[in-house]
Amino acid sequence: MNRSFFARSLSAALIAACLAPVARAAQPAQLLDGYSAQAGAPPMADRGQKLFTSRHGREWSCASCHGAPPTQTGKHASTGKSIGALAPAFNTERFTDAAKTEKWFRRNCNDVIGRECTAGEKADVLAWLLTLKP
Amino acid sequence: MHRLIRGPVPRPLFALLAALAAGSAFAEREHAVRLPLLPKYLQECAACHVAYPPGLLPAASWQRIMSNLSRHFGADASLDAASAKELSAWLAANAATSKRVQEAPPDDRITRSAWFVRKHDEVPARVWKLPAVKSAANCNACHQQAQQGIFNEHDVRIPR
Repeated sequence: MNRSFFARSLSAALIAACLAPVARAAQPAQLLDGYSAQAGAPPMADRGQKLFTSRHGREWSCASCHGAPPTQTGKHASTGKSIGALAPAFNTERFTDAAKTEKWFRRNCNDVIGRECTAGEKADVLAWLLTLKP
Repeated sequence: MHRLIRGPVPRPLFALLAALAAGSAFAEREHAVRLPLLPKYLQECAACHVAYPPGLLPAASWQRIMSNLSRHFGADASLDAASAKELSAWLAANAATSKRVQEAPPDDRITRSAWFVRKHDEVPARVWKLPAVKSAANCNACHQQAQQGIFNEHDVRIPR
């Protein structure tokens, strides 16, 4: 499996989505569709929740900085800096920029799991985040 | 959309002090914190931590930091090549130049610089360990206006 090929085609798809004339900024649901299509399987929110709240043999879970559930302001586990709520229903800026989303998945999965996340894992997490409502 | 960073002392007094302290690390840092911060710097670096004024580290430290972003003090802070290049150039151009700050601190950590340690020597050890502080890198735990680049001693409020 060639991850960089997938990453490139995913990026291309997401960039294309961003440049669509109707909506320049992506919507969380569009990003979720993109990741699901890339994974070739429907997302599972439960699996996303588990990934998000568990540690993966390392120091941090996603929740270490974003909180569990990530519906309020979080706090960087190392620097203490506050981090805006992650769930889109609580922070409308979240998951509206494909490149930004990819950048943070890349960095944070690397910190939490020690590798980049697969498209399926990203879809699962995003699907779970979208279930969180006020 | 540059944000002007104000130094701790009023302008006329600052000028006088700067003249008196010319060449010292003090003058260097006062100059450094008055620098308008690059929007990209605020966007990319200040997402995780205080936008540390570039004049608080020598160019060699910034260069090492920028060439090792995927292992950035325990976290992956990797950036796209274009952003990294833009930030590196800006940091290099605005890095410390005074003799005292020019010495790279251990691990390239601002908080391990001799001037930083000296400035904070009256802060009790327990304060650094408070949950609200967590780390000496968390300037705004005590410096109320650190996010705006203001490190005035009169704005310091140590949490309990």
